[in-house]
Amino acid sequence: MDLSLSTRTVGDRTVVEVGGEIDVYTAPKLREQLVELVNDGSYHLVVDMERVDFLDSTGLGVLVGGLKRVRAHEGSLRLVCNQERILKIFRITGLTKVFPIHTSVDEAVAATD
Amino acid sequence: MATVELRFSALPEHVRTARLVAAAVARRAGVDEAVLDEVRLAVGEACSRAVGLHTSNDIAAPVRVLLIEDEKKFSIEVGDEVPTASGPAGARAGGVPEGGAESEPEGEDEMGLAVISGLVDDVEVTSGENGGVIRMSWPTAPAAVVP
Repeated sequence: MDLSLSTRTVGDRTVVEVGGEIDVYTAPKLREQLVELVNDGSYHLVVDMERVDFLDSTGLGVLVGGLKRVRAHEGSLRLVCNQERILKIFRITGLTKVFPIHTSVDEAVAATD
Repeated sequence: MATVELRFSALPEHVRTARLVAAAVARRAGVDEAVLDEVRLAVGEACSRAVGLHTSNDIAAPVRVLLIEDEKKFSIEVGDEVPTASGPAGARAGGVPEGGAESEPEGEDEMGLAVISGLVDDVEVTSGENGGVIRMSWPTAPAAVVP
């Protein structure tokens, strides 16, 4: 399965809905999307990962890169994820301390800090 | 010999194929369903790392994956052909291939290994003058009796 990406704006947040597999082959597409959003002035991102079937360290690297970019503009990058197998990867790499992870898009959009 | 041996050109698009094959063979070997996600992720990480090493060192040889079914365990060996003259594996140029100036390769190789060691209890990373190998294994349940 390939990667699917769609974005929408909710208030001052930009929600990026990601579906499919984020791996060494598809991660550059996600990176491109995040870079483009930041370049276009979207500094508060919510990445909805509910439809992600697979995530590896390349995908983690892209998310960390996205976080670094938005932080340079005092922005935020929040994740939405309830899938245990995806959450596990954030836990074993210690990235649960780096990313705010929410259970719903509504919760992530409403979050301030 | 290995139960199944896979060789693929060191390109990112083939890593998914390696994951699918490894998971299919692992399932057949009797690896618990709950662990298959870990097998898939670990072999994907090992293959991504090997692809990155081949690409950054300009090596045309394929990445090889051995899937080995033993009586009580299922093992995977992912081998690259990036030689190490001496010293630790970290001495090799590593990283995932990237296109464009926006790449952030730093630390991704280490992150891949971190994921593998976080996931797999039995893992061994070796490197030598013929290249490096990541060996991983998982216990298997006794084979179901085929009627």
